[in-house]
Amino acid sequence: METVIGEIVAKYNYWIYVVLMMIGFYAMIGKRNLVKKLIGMNIFQTSIILFFVSTGVKKGGGIPIVDKYQALAGHVEAASTVNPLPHVLMLTAIVVGVSVTGVALAVLQRIYKEYGTLEEDEILEKLQR
Amino acid sequence: MNATNLHLFVLVVPLLSALAINLLGRRSRQWIAPMVLGSLAFSVFGSIIVMARVIEHGTLRYTVGNWQPPYGIELVVDPLSALMMVLISVVALLASFSSLKSVEQELPGREHFFFTLYMILIAGLFGLVLTGDAFNLYVLLEITSITTYGLIAMGKGRAALSSFNYIIMGSIAACFYLLGIGYIYILTGTLNMADIARILPTLDAPVATATAIAFVLVGLWIKMAFFPLHSWLPNAYSQAPTGAGTLIAPLMTKVTVYLMVRVIFTMYTPALVFTHEWIAQGVVWAAAFAIICGSVLALGQKDLRRMLTYIIVAEVGYMVGGIFLANANGLTGSILHIVNDALMTLCLFLVVAAIIYRQGSVSLVSLQGIFRRMPITMAAFTLGAFAMIGVPPTCGFFSKWYLILGGIDGGHWEFVIALVISSLINAVLFFRIIELAYFGSLQEGEHHEHSVTERHEAPWWMLSPLVLTAVILIVVGLSTGPLVNNVIRLMIPVGF
Repeated sequence: METVIGEIVAKYNYWIYVVLMMIGFYAMIGKRNLVKKLIGMNIFQTSIILFFVSTGVKKGGGIPIVDKYQALAGHVEAASTVNPLPHVLMLTAIVVGVSVTGVALAVLQRIYKEYGTLEEDEILEKLQR
Repeated sequence: MNATNLHLFVLVVPLLSALAINLLGRRSRQWIAPMVLGSLAFSVFGSIIVMARVIEHGTLRYTVGNWQPPYGIELVVDPLSALMMVLISVVALLASFSSLKSVEQELPGREHFFFTLYMILIAGLFGLVLTGDAFNLYVLLEITSITTYGLIAMGKGRAALSSFNYIIMGSIAACFYLLGIGYIYILTGTLNMADIARILPTLDAPVATATAIAFVLVGLWIKMAFFPLHSWLPNAYSQAPTGAGTLIAPLMTKVTVYLMVRVIFTMYTPALVFTHEWIAQGVVWAAAFAIICGSVLALGQKDLRRMLTYIIVAEVGYMVGGIFLANANGLTGSILHIVNDALMTLCLFLVVAAIIYRQGSVSLVSLQGIFRRMPITMAAFTLGAFAMIGVPPTCGFFSKWYLILGGIDGGHWEFVIALVISSLINAVLFFRIIELAYFGSLQEGEHHEHSVTERHEAPWWMLSPLVLTAVILIVVGLSTGPLVNNVIRLMIPVGF
């Protein structure tokens, strides 16, 4: 038991991402309201963004802004700065996530115009009629 | 223009024309057709030249912005990606002729929006086959997906709802892929595919590598609609505007299968993926199941376009199964089937577009006696159907032949049986339609709007790409030998 808790505390960032991901997954699969599904999708994406960002962290690492001449001379230790690459990647992933959300909201608007509701059950009911 | 980076221009020209179409097409719709066809024609010629160069000189590499790999993003054109470039550009050009006509009818006044998305989608597909960077691949995958969501949502009726379901499924898929890439990045510290392939086998982390590939593969399987994960596809593809369906249906799933080949053979090494015998076995069983289920579900459909979407689901099973047979014949068959299936699906969807243009519906009832009204269209349909069934001179036969050989080599009789049963079911499906179209007459009491029997063929814009595709089906079938020996064999790793 001790070791399990130790394990969880030591890698808490991964546990947070797994929990967030499951919340998002549940909302996408389990919720019947389409906007809630979309929010679930956002939580899902955010969990992965957090996962990526947390992988760049180093113990005692500073901000990754270094003096150019020092860096060129090789005086900068990689261990003293956090890894900026995952952060940069996630900027792109955030842009992708925003675009998907934008498209999804536009599609939701069209669905609302068509059916007058965003509840999946009611839409399916209307379709069957 | 420098000839060494011609492959970049093949991607850039459709992308820039997308912007131009949005600006100029807004003023006058006369601009749209010349720009769409012009830029795609350039891509066709460009990609054919690139392919000739690649076959002559070997793999081309291009570092974007002169940031050297493994740090910068690299575009890699090996024989397989060159083949995919030619395939994408040819299919896109042929589909665009028909799309121009059907969009004019279905979405009047919104053509410039449609073709902006259309061209960005094509540029994204080119990017997917060119990129040599795992994260860049994610971004391009989302570019193609987002444009597809938009194109599908432009359809009538339920299309918006289907598009939303596709958005949810597609985002789950993309997130899984991204998560897998995250694991790989933690393991190797690089995102360049060639670099990953160099570092991964030296690591002693079997569980983490397996987890990473599992996430990546599941992500791609959702995107390509591999059987139990296929639920979004039939609705989305059959309710999209006709003009979008002719482009999306032949290309999206096939390019995703190509990505799977890329991930397994370029990013991972086959040794890493196929180490656990039972995983490859399990995937082949799943593929056999997918083939049978896709075919059986297709039998139950009452609409030609919906039937074709279920056939796509079955065909994805062919290709995934062929790759996981893990032998040379299976892989050859799968890659060949990517090409052939794209062309066959294009042919059949062009027929659907032509029929919808003339009579507005492709439900099986409305196809009765259509041979008399649209003889050339239905002749091309018959050829496409023969290719789907796998009748020898058409291309569908040869890839199926390689897949069956691969199944026998690997001792996967369930896969062989599934292929044969699926061919039989395809024969039933298509001969039912051909019979209806040829001999079917309207039953009494059923008054159909289009019971006229005079000839009313589709317009030239839709007919000529259709006839050309039908010819290509036979030409590709007859040139299977050179295609396999000069292009596909080069992709198969030594000792595989």
